[in-house]
Formats: sequence, C-alpha cells, structure tokens
Amino acid sequence: MRIFDPHIHMTSRTTDDYQAMHGAGVRAVVEPSFWLGQPRTSPESFHDYFDALLGWEPFRAAQYGIAHHCALALNPKEANDPRCVPVLDTLPRYLVKDSVVAVGEIGYDSMTPAEDTALAAQLQLAAEHGLPALVHTPHRDKLTGLRRTLDVVRESALPVDRVLLDHLNETTVKEAAGSGAWLGFSVYPDTKMDEDRMVAVLKEHGTARVLVNSAADWGRSDPLKTRRVGDAMLAAGFGEDEVDRVLWRNPVAFYGLSGRLRLDPPDDPGTLHEGNSILRGGE
Amino acid sequence: MTVPRPSGTRTASVAASRAELEERLDGAARTWLSEALAEAAHAAEQHAGQPAGQDVADLTGIPVPPPARPAAWELRFASAGRHCGGEHAAAVRALLLRTARPGQDALARLYRYGDAAERRAVLLALPALFSGPEALDLVQDALRTHDTRLVAAAVGPYGAAHLDPHSWRHAVLKCLFTGVPVDAVAGLAKRARADAELARMLTDFAAERTAAGRPVPGDLHRVLALTVPPEAS
Ligand SMILES: [Zn+2]
Repeated sequence: MRIFDPHIHMTSRTTDDYQAMHGAGVRAVVEPSFWLGQPRTSPESFHDYFDALLGWEPFRAAQYGIAHHCALALNPKEANDPRCVPVLDTLPRYLVKDSVVAVGEIGYDSMTPAEDTALAAQLQLAAEHGLPALVHTPHRDKLTGLRRTLDVVRESALPVDRVLLDHLNETTVKEAAGSGAWLGFSVYPDTKMDEDRMVAVLKEHGTARVLVNSAADWGRSDPLKTRRVGDAMLAAGFGEDEVDRVLWRNPVAFYGLSGRLRLDPPDDPGTLHEGNSILRGGE
Repeated sequence: MTVPRPSGTRTASVAASRAELEERLDGAARTWLSEALAEAAHAAEQHAGQPAGQDVADLTGIPVPPPARPAAWELRFASAGRHCGGEHAAAVRALLLRTARPGQDALARLYRYGDAAERRAVLLALPALFSGPEALDLVQDALRTHDTRLVAAAVGPYGAAHLDPHSWRHAVLKCLFTGVPVDAVAGLAKRARADAELARMLTDFAAERTAAGRPVPGDLHRVLALTVPPEAS
C-alpha cells in the first residue's frame, strides 16, 4: 500500500514517526503551515518556520525515504494578530520555491473580518503563483464556515477545482462535494473523523476527489491514521485500486496541479553518509 | 551519490558552462534559461555602476530587509528546479549567479530567503564572486546547520580560503560527525598539514567513539594521517 499523507505537520513529530510512517507505506507528505500552539509575534518567526519547511524538514524526511513538500500561508488564527499580518508581504518570496505545492492552510477560525481579508488575499496569491490552495474548514460552526468559505472562493480568481476543502465530515461533505472542490478528511484518534466513519463516507460518496490525511501535529493525533483508513477500506470490501486512488492518486493529482510535485526525493541525503546516522551527529 | 565538488564551477568560463548546460536541457528549458540569463545580465549592468560595499548586510547582526519585489532573475533563481529539472537546477543556479554577479547585500538576501538548494548554490558560488572574506557569514551560518548538503558546500574552496583555524577545524570535525565525506573539504591536505590541534581533536574524537563502542569514521584516520608534519613523514 503506497500512501501520500496530504496534510501532516512533521515539524511536530519525531524520527520514530518517520520510521513508522515509512513502515506503514507512507512515501510522500505535504506539510502545510499552521499555528504552532504558541502564538507567534512577528513575521520573522514565520520566515524561520518557512525555512524549516523548505530546508530541514525535507532533509529529515528524505532520510526515511519520504518525499516532503509543503504548503505555505498565514494561518487563520494568526491572521487576527496585526503583528503577524505583514508576513503576507514576504509570502510571495517563498511561494516561488520548487517544493511549495500549495498555499495553505488558509480558511476560517473564528470568522472575523481579518480572516476574510487574509483568506481572500491568499486565494489571490495562489492564483497568481499557479498554486492550488488547501483551505481548512473551521472546527466551530463548521457548516456556516464552509458556506462562507465557498462564497469567498467563488469570488476569488482561483477556480474551485483548485481548492482542497479540509477537515470535512458527514455534515459538510454533501455541500462541499457539490461545489466542485477536492474533499479532504482528517482522521484523528478521537475528534474529527475516525476510520470507520471515513469508510462510511466513502461508501456513500465514492472515492472521486477524496483525500484522507492524518493532520498529525503536536496535539493528540496519529501519523498512521492514513494506513488505518486503507486497512479499514479493504476490510469493508473496497479494492486495492480504490485504496490507491484515495491514498495516493488523488493527492498526487491535487498537488500535481502545482506542476512542482517531485516524488523521487532528489539528492537523498540518506545516500550521502552511507549508513552513518546524521541525526546522532553532534551528540 | 558523490558529493559535488565545489571547485568545478570556478574553472570553466561562463560561456563554456552555458554551452555545456544547454546541451543537457530540452527546448523549453533552454528558452527559459536564455530568458533567465538575459535578466541576470541586465541585473549585473544595473548594479555595475554602483560603488561596491554599499548597503552591506550582516547576517549575524542587522537583518536583511526583503525588497518589495525581488528582481526578475531572483525569481528565476528560485524556480530553476521545476523549469529546468531538478538534476540541472544546481548548474542553472550557478550560471545565474555568475552572470548576475550580485553584490554582498543581494547575495545575503538570496541566501536568507532561499530554500536549502538555493543556499547551497549561493555557497558554491562564493569563490567565483568574492576574493575576500566578506561573505564568510554565510559559510558560518551553513556550518551551524545540521544539513549535510549545506555543510558540504560550506567547506568548499571559499571556506578553505577564509575560515579561521578554529572554525575550520570544527568544520572538519562536523563533517566527520555528520557523515559528510571529507572529500568535500577543499584544500584538506594543505590546511591539515602539521595541524597539531586538529590531530588532537581527531584523536580525542576517536577515543570518545571507541569508549562508546561505536565505530570510528574511516575518514578520520585519513585526515589524521594528513596532519603529520612534513619532516616527520
Ligand atoms: Zn493542519
């Protein structure tokens, strides 16, 4: 089973996770920019974070045979802090990088005017840079949030078929599917979706344009949830081809819209040091 | 994979490097490259009239301000991988840097806002762009990372020429720690010769590894042998 996790925050994970993910079949990930738990207070913190997503994290991933790409953005929560908003001025400098395959994650948190502005501005940036957008739907007031998100997308220069709506569930999937956007589901240990509910959604709505992710981060989450969904799909009677479509071909097709996806990790640093563990170096 | 030799770009002329590169690119990439090089040449003309040393950026102190809009060739520099193919990106970036001949401030900005591949390209281009130690901050920044791609580039000819003895010895030791083959260290034999302090550091490192029951990197003995003073060999 080959797996592409289209939304995972590896910066917050350990090398044990990378190893376990590779063992489970994960060969590619996209890491979207997000909130770190501790609020940032300046654009410079974002720059250093973007540097990590463009430098150190792909380097770590390559050592475990995993291709790492990223999505960059000002996240919705911090779009409300005027100290952070100026990062929108430097974001274009980062969106041109070869391993940036989307703008994201953007969307709504509390549905404020500042979030409206940041969402619209970043959809515009995505259109200008030939990138698709990863748009999450809010945790609170989800259906209203989805509708407002779709309104902003329709008013933007970015076609809706270049948008991945994430964190969907049973209550939002129908409307999201009707919009023509790609459909993302985050499978978590105890919130959002679980693997059995995910299988039920797939049975009802089919596998077209559906992506499943672990959204694993610094909170309670599990980077192997993509694999669990694959196993649950097989147990429920889905064929291997359908599993491959959801866990590999759909994310490849969506992020492939950027024209920047490279699934053979280039300059694999794992081969540079022939078995020496770089991660222990310096200890 | 072999570690690219940083010194390679220095010997061939810009025209020869371009011709050699163009042969490997397909039609679309060749067109893209020719536009990119024209923009880089234009940038070189623009700043050719300005006195050198102005607006000096210091990575360790004053932050490098991003310009409102990066120059056209800088955007080409960033996107070389997807337009020319990842396997040619390093050669394309080297050629762009040698054509645009950015000043110290522009180069520091390219490094600051570059991804790992761009930073590596900047480090490898240093010997072609500067004869003095003015860009050493970039080398030192790279040596603080744990990214072997950057560490390997930092110990190229520019680092060999300008790193002070203490920093250089630590750079060599870092290569051994992180598994960067010491073949990447430019001028290794010349700088290591009769370096008793480097010999001591290597010996201590070997003892520490042995005490921990871990293998001593093969390269360590190679470097240690190079530290022997000429009269003793
Ligand atoms: Zn997320």
